[in-house]
Amino acid sequence: MIYEVFRRERKGVAFEHAGSLAAPDEAFARAYAHEQYGRRGESVALWVVPRRSILEVEDFVDELNRNYHRVDGYSLKAKLKEARERAGTAAPAADS
Amino acid sequence: MNERVRQLLLQTADDELVLGWRDSEWTGIAPVLEEDVAFSSIAQNEIGHARALYQLLSEDADALAFDRAPAEYRCSPLVELRFVPDWARTIARRVLYEAADELRLAALKESADAAVAGLAAKIDREEAYHRMHAEMWRERLRDEPRYRDAVEELWPYARGLVDEEQRAELASRLELEEVEPVERGTHAGDWPALWDEMTVVRRSVPGAAW
Repeated sequence: MIYEVFRRERKGVAFEHAGSLAAPDEAFARAYAHEQYGRRGESVALWVVPRRSILEVEDFVDELNRNYHRVDGYSLKAKLKEARERAGTAAPAADS
Repeated sequence: MNERVRQLLLQTADDELVLGWRDSEWTGIAPVLEEDVAFSSIAQNEIGHARALYQLLSEDADALAFDRAPAEYRCSPLVELRFVPDWARTIARRVLYEAADELRLAALKESADAAVAGLAAKIDREEAYHRMHAEMWRERLRDEPRYRDAVEELWPYARGLVDEEQRAELASRLELEEVEPVERGTHAGDWPALWDEMTVVRRSVPGAAW
């Protein structure tokens, strides 16, 4: 069975994906994770998760191109620039 | 440090060095990759423990590790046996050795010598992971005939590895009957070849500083 391993580098920071490993059961997964992602002191904690327990979501279709729903679809900077041009005012100087 | 403690430390160091050497024979050829990494790491830890113990005994740990004649080593025949490619016996040895080593370390941790007690405690913290590794394999192979035969075959060696006063406790922890032990002081037939290979670089250029 494949397990995904997440590691916390130091207290207070988020867990990040470290890699995966193959193990026959949880006891082996725990030991192998310890050896492969922790024995050099690179982690203060690990999450070891069976890959089949991970819910994967990857269907992000946007048939109607409603880009205003997307975080990258609506540039405030560009809109502001256009508005300023229409109003005939320049952007305020950075140091004012 | 009294002579009894010196002897015990030397036996322990020799056991750890030689078992580390034997287990390192699995590097690259263990049954699965993850185990290859874990087993090699354990082997390296054992050699590290030997190094620390030799350093307590001598200014020149290398000389103690590599410059003695084969008959002068105090390791148990258990750690000298060559098992590659027999994984069942290799695991049986690890399980038996870890149980024996745990008892031995517990006694060393109680030593009146602070350096000895401190090092034993430090080694024991690392051995906890070795025991976890041994335990998970024991669980997995407990009903496997090859493993059970191997435990039966090697148990007399493990019994001889610890001091006499610890033998009853070892048998009870492992749930095995008391048997005639294979005592330390004799060497296994596999030992001369191991010693020869282990010391070949040191002997190739005597007295060299690397």
